[in-house]
Amino acid sequence: MTVSADAAIKSGLSWRRRLVQRLLYGVNIDRAAKSRARVGLAILAFFIGYAVIAGRLIQLAAAPDNHTVRRAADAVSTARPDIVDRNGEILATDVKAASLFGEPRKIIDVDEAVELLTAVLPDLDATELRERLSSKKGFVWLKREITKKQQQEIHRLGIPGVGFLTENKRIYPNGAEVAHLIGLVNIDNQGIAGIEKWLDGRGLADLHMAGLAVDRMDKPIDLAVDLRVQHAMRDELIAARDKFKAIAAAGLVMDVRTGEIISMVSVPDFDPNNPKEANDPTRINRLTTGVYEMGSTFKALTLAMTLDAGKATLASSFDARTSLRYGKFTIHDYHAQNRMLTVPEIFTYSSNVGTARMALAMGVEQHKAFLRKMGQLERLRTELPESAEPIVPKRWGELNTVTIAFGHGLSVAPLQAVMGIGALMNGGMLIPPTFMKRTEEEAAKLAVRVVKPETSDKMRYLMRLNAEKGTAGQADVKGYYVGGKTGTSEKVVGGRYSKTKLLNSFTAVLPADKPQYLLLIMIDEPKATPETHGYATSGWNAVPVGGKVIARIGPLLGIEPRFDLPPSDRLILAKGR
Amino acid sequence: MVSRATRTPFGEWWWTVDKLLLGALATLMLAGIVLSLAASPPVAARLHLEPFYFVNRHVWFLLPAIVIMLATSFLTPHQIRRLALVMFTLSVAMVIYTILFGAEIKGARRWMTFAGMTIQPSEFLKPSFVILISWLFAESARRPEMPANSLALGILLFVVTLLVLQPDFGQTMLILLVWGALFFMAGMRLVWIGGLCAVSLVGLTGAYYTMPHVAQRIQRFMDPSSGDSFQITTSVSSFLRGGWFGLGPGEGTVKRILPDSHTDFVFAVAGEEFGVVLCLMLLLLFAFVVIRSLRNAMQNEDPFTRFAAAGLAILFGLQSAINMSVNLHLMPAKGMTLPFISYGGSSMLSLAYAMGMLLALTRERPRAEMLASYVNVAPAGARA
Repeated sequence: MTVSADAAIKSGLSWRRRLVQRLLYGVNIDRAAKSRARVGLAILAFFIGYAVIAGRLIQLAAAPDNHTVRRAADAVSTARPDIVDRNGEILATDVKAASLFGEPRKIIDVDEAVELLTAVLPDLDATELRERLSSKKGFVWLKREITKKQQQEIHRLGIPGVGFLTENKRIYPNGAEVAHLIGLVNIDNQGIAGIEKWLDGRGLADLHMAGLAVDRMDKPIDLAVDLRVQHAMRDELIAARDKFKAIAAAGLVMDVRTGEIISMVSVPDFDPNNPKEANDPTRINRLTTGVYEMGSTFKALTLAMTLDAGKATLASSFDARTSLRYGKFTIHDYHAQNRMLTVPEIFTYSSNVGTARMALAMGVEQHKAFLRKMGQLERLRTELPESAEPIVPKRWGELNTVTIAFGHGLSVAPLQAVMGIGALMNGGMLIPPTFMKRTEEEAAKLAVRVVKPETSDKMRYLMRLNAEKGTAGQADVKGYYVGGKTGTSEKVVGGRYSKTKLLNSFTAVLPADKPQYLLLIMIDEPKATPETHGYATSGWNAVPVGGKVIARIGPLLGIEPRFDLPPSDRLILAKGR
Repeated sequence: MVSRATRTPFGEWWWTVDKLLLGALATLMLAGIVLSLAASPPVAARLHLEPFYFVNRHVWFLLPAIVIMLATSFLTPHQIRRLALVMFTLSVAMVIYTILFGAEIKGARRWMTFAGMTIQPSEFLKPSFVILISWLFAESARRPEMPANSLALGILLFVVTLLVLQPDFGQTMLILLVWGALFFMAGMRLVWIGGLCAVSLVGLTGAYYTMPHVAQRIQRFMDPSSGDSFQITTSVSSFLRGGWFGLGPGEGTVKRILPDSHTDFVFAVAGEEFGVVLCLMLLLLFAFVVIRSLRNAMQNEDPFTRFAAAGLAILFGLQSAINMSVNLHLMPAKGMTLPFISYGGSSMLSLAYAMGMLLALTRERPRAEMLASYVNVAPAGARA
């Protein structure tokens, strides 16, 4: 419009109208252009509005979908690989079982469904069932792992909104035989202990998440354990625990050349098919989860340290004429000889005083450094998720060195001690223990030299000497050239060492000249019996049990029996000279 | 097939109508049938009707709707104004009738029975209202001596009063929003726009405190745990279940427990069975119709055509956006149909009428013709 036209229009209006126009639209405004711009704004507004809606749609689509189908898939127990022993015997496997679920949204008559289902499954709680079916959820479990017959009966009822999912149920055909070792799974087939838990941590859980591990996994997991050895061990330990009325008994066999755990038993144990038992705190795995003062067994470490450092030879003598007074403490010997003792005598008489003096000859720092090198001061990690931290004195003075020299004042997991002794036996290589199969080549890559081969020879000589003349005589099974060391430690009860509550152990190497296996037997609080003439020390219980175990497992382990071997000073030490 | 050489009314229509817009609307109608097949059988089953009762009726309503849309799209702006006046008068009369004599359903008198059919007259009120208001705002620019603005405000107040009496909060909101948009586009000063916003805020607050069900719905939106938000949680869960590609036709289960799955919550059913990808395509169609029409309106020289086309597009756009937002829990629950997708006879016919007018208004017209019409009605003094 031209100015004249504008003026013409305005001139035709009353002053009141002109005022209203001005108030409404403003002065000298091109209303056509303004309105065009505002339609443009409306376009922008709609564009933004639709973009927000599209964004929300994409957000919902990309949201981690927790809808029924997936939830069901998650809930279904997914497959796990079989676990087999070193000879391929099945230790754990999956069996398919049907589980009953409900889709509450699809159920027409909840009352009818509850009535019919409880008729077939009388152990189902009707109130809870009704509650579950009345919820607004898309998916609820009603009963896990029902029998074929129950499944058929429920199927025949034809209730809409209930169905079956085939689940994998974990079965342990050997029951409690390998319980602590392989652990167990929960109702959703997720590993909650032992090797089963380790498997999940190793990516199996991720596979489950991705929905890949739905069917049987074809590759079984090979463990180092030998089911036959495990059985013999467990059998003897149960008998021993019964005989000596002990709280617990535990045993371990390790291949010293590879670090493989051939057997690990801790009784009382549990049946992994019955998970309730596993929660009982008295059934813990004492070999990895418990920490103990290992007693005289630890003397082997002290001797090896001193011999290896050259501070003593086998011919050296140490003063054991009197008890060792240290501050207000006095260290006694159990089999006090009250004379100067040579190193082999210290070991066979298990002299606390002699061992303490040997450790003092080394000094606190070197003692500490040696034990650290032997892996005794830090938590030992294996495939088993259950592991305990050693209890190490916070301030380590000379008194600590004195007591730790003969195995008091430092608590370690028994498996840890076995690893350390194993290194003294096998030629001086510390090999981390494993529950998986391992070849000698693989072990060699992991091994760390901790003592000289000559020191190892001397230690084996001392171990063998113990069986020939010392406390381990009852375990000297003919043909296997057994070497061993006993340990009797008094348990701390109420802050004091108890004279009656003992933790006995026996460590044996077989054969002592060419070491293959290390055996540990532990008996927790054995009681004296008439047969043991009122004694409860290790030589009267742990050692004979060890002997029985060796007699049974020796043939299984394929150790060639050799008879008429010369005594250890000629067979073992002769090589070193 | 259609000759440009001879001028037939159809030929003229064919060469001037916005074919892309027509195509988008036809696609929406088709999608409506497909989604009706998915969404309505469970509702029919719940009401003990034969499964395809609502599908059949949806298709039966679609036929007259198509006829109405095409017929309306032949009209000239002049005819559209006249028809709108008639439609407005008729529907106002019918709304008054429903308020006085209508049967009360779910606490509101919105429906009347005519020749065996249930009609919701307020649906027909909306498009004709938009045309009348656009006309008035356009006239106010051209003939300032007419009290066009006052008249527009008067009509608004009148219609809002009627709708509140029904009561029909959703339609009231829609009418207010469209009126506000037209007012804004007419080029009013921002002061007045602000004033309008303030008034509607006051109105909304008033509604919040005086109408308990409005307050409830808003509270539930803010905090779903405060009351029964079953519809919304179910609706959102159906999108989650559907994911990108949906569970497949007929595989949806949420639709069975979702009330109004065939009307207000069709979009959720689409999400569950056909997935978010299809929902996005539907969204694109709506956005295309709205934004293309608005762009068309922006480029138009004639104020009436611009306002009317923009108003109809905004009406259509608001309705679709509000419905989708409610389905996606972006807005408090509000009964509003998804244009051409939801089931509902009155809504369908009214939309066909509105979209027919939109098609008619966005037809390409020679500038001369437009100016001629302008000259015809303009007073002699305005000639330049």
